[in-house]
Amino acid sequence: MRHIRFPTSDLRPPASERRVLLGHGSGGKLSADLVEELIVPRFSNPALDALGDSAVVAIPEGGGRLAITTDSYVVDPIFFPGGDIGDLAVNGTVNDLAMAGADPLYLTLGMVIEEGLLFSDLERVLDSVKRSADSAGVKVVAGDTKVVPRGKADKLFLNTSGVGLVPAGFVSARENIGPGDAVILSGTIGDHGVAVMSKRAGLGFATEVRSDTAALHRMAAALRRLGGALRFMRDPTRGGLAATLCEACRGRPCGVEIGETVIPIDPGVRAACDLLGLDPLHVANEGKMVAFVAPERADEALAAMRGFVEGNDAAVIGRAVETRPGMVVLLTRAGGKRIVDLPAGEILPRIC
Amino acid sequence: MKYIDEFHDGAAAGALSAKIAAAAGRIGRPVRLMEVCGTHTVAVHRHGLRDLFPPGLKLVSGPGCPVCVTPADYVDSAIKAASLPGVTVVTFGDMVRVPGSRSTLVDARASGADVRVVYSPTDALEAAAGEPAREVVFLGVGFETTVPSVAGTMVEARRRGVKNFSVLGAFKQIPNTMRALISDPALAIDGFLCPAHVAAIIGSAAYSFIPAEFKRPCVVAGFEPLDILYGVLGLVTQLAEGRAEVENQYSRVVKTGGNALARRVVHEVLEPADAVWRGIGTIPVSGFRIREGWRDQDAARRFDLSVPALVENPGCRCGEVLRGSLDPPGCSLFGKGCTPERPVGPCMVSSEGSCAANYKYSRQE
Repeated sequence: MRHIRFPTSDLRPPASERRVLLGHGSGGKLSADLVEELIVPRFSNPALDALGDSAVVAIPEGGGRLAITTDSYVVDPIFFPGGDIGDLAVNGTVNDLAMAGADPLYLTLGMVIEEGLLFSDLERVLDSVKRSADSAGVKVVAGDTKVVPRGKADKLFLNTSGVGLVPAGFVSARENIGPGDAVILSGTIGDHGVAVMSKRAGLGFATEVRSDTAALHRMAAALRRLGGALRFMRDPTRGGLAATLCEACRGRPCGVEIGETVIPIDPGVRAACDLLGLDPLHVANEGKMVAFVAPERADEALAAMRGFVEGNDAAVIGRAVETRPGMVVLLTRAGGKRIVDLPAGEILPRIC
Repeated sequence: MKYIDEFHDGAAAGALSAKIAAAAGRIGRPVRLMEVCGTHTVAVHRHGLRDLFPPGLKLVSGPGCPVCVTPADYVDSAIKAASLPGVTVVTFGDMVRVPGSRSTLVDARASGADVRVVYSPTDALEAAAGEPAREVVFLGVGFETTVPSVAGTMVEARRRGVKNFSVLGAFKQIPNTMRALISDPALAIDGFLCPAHVAAIIGSAAYSFIPAEFKRPCVVAGFEPLDILYGVLGLVTQLAEGRAEVENQYSRVVKTGGNALARRVVHEVLEPADAVWRGIGTIPVSGFRIREGWRDQDAARRFDLSVPALVENPGCRCGEVLRGSLDPPGCSLFGKGCTPERPVGPCMVSSEGSCAANYKYSRQE
């Protein structure tokens, strides 16, 4: 009789090759394992640990209004120079709250995972979510995981919803912008878009440029101290600085005039944009903000922004003007003027 | 990268602007210059250079946008190719939004056709090599600048034995088109800012027929703001002094004899031919066709891509815009029925189109 020898070693693949299976999104044993193993230990807090159908949280005392926002993240690739889809998903939603004048409190985290994603990649992203949420002082209180068959999604899509509290009396609205207001930009433009493009299949080029992904709520909170002199805040993400400025003055009685020579830009970003035929004003940012401020308080606002790492390169880039209402005009380096428009169509899909 | 700032210097631009005004003043009459190349058109608008010219100097845009001058029935043929089973159409990005008679390649893609955008024809060859079961058709649209890279890719495809790669050609050459434009008294062109990328291939000497036959000046200029201002200064200076020569202001890239190697590759695969320019019509010897010996890579002969003759939108005046006889805002569709988001004519589609550049950077309301 032949002896059948069973291997004594573990038949499971080594940890480095472990992959997410369809069963991890089934709602059964594997799903529970995934939550127990990856989610709860990382993000533990009373609201999350209860694992109820909803997170039940207290509203901080002192009044104010709730700000609620949601955003989905489909960036390709999920890891790029300077960040990954995890910190993007936290910072992006934190920034949406911050631009409304809110102090961010809670986040939810929804994941759509493509079957076969490496556990190590998922853990790397979750570590990054954890790190940036801690750094921003927000708690992940609820979440959801779905797994779809290979090819039905691309690696990993995230959704984060955010809840924050806006102090009573504070309003950031483009209707507040008036002629003469200073336009202040918190730093260099185009870094995120160029960093992601540099790693995109078919477009790969070598660059030192890194994504600027960062949470801006502390800088925004500092600017809130200007009260009504802070007219409007917005973070120039997809569509770039151009889209943000165009939206700020569209249909309004004043326009915006900015100077090409005073807009901060990294030489690597400029070179990449020249090469690809892109206008850096249209390229996405993930850690920058624009503030419209009453002219007499502009120096104070600029100093406040420069007090933060993410605002080190802040600069006054222009002002609101009565000429050309509703339009954005650029004074070019060569000394002429031209219109700055919304980008037409899709510059690059899946940038965030 | 060095040199970007040097070529944008505001003080130097101001000084050149004053010199241009002085030279133009000495000519003693209004001057009409044409920038032929779409890259120049965009740079002029994007850097606001028209603000630096004196009132009597008009810089009109020419037909040097390859997408703009590609006939609409070519787009229909490309859409037909993309809708054939097993065929992938690969193209530079601008082409996908150009309206054919009824739809665009973007529409075809949304309906399930396989249309891909690349930055280089070699990417199309790689796509073919990687998917031997599919037929890959590359849209060969472009001027002398782009033609060598397409021809070189065809040579490479044959060398590597890639059998499923072909090219749908709409190649253009610029000199005879410039001849047609300067021969038209209605256009009254006093001089050309010559296409510099084209000149890098064909050589600045290829423009010498313009001073020789028509007694008008030509300047080959680069694409940075100061390059263009130097180029315009060269043209008005020649006119003021009664000279007509080919000046090469872009000698850091363009040589008198051009790039002989690139021309040899083109000659191997393509032969000069008449070409249809959208909005202008047929111009003798203003294009290339694929040689008989390369018919295996000619998509037009490999597949039945014939399409019905078509009617252009009667309101669209791209033809006049491409000839420089109409400023884009003079078209009744401009900014109303025709915008970059919903283009009617090709000049509003291409990022190098005169209408798109006008709309994006210089529109008035």
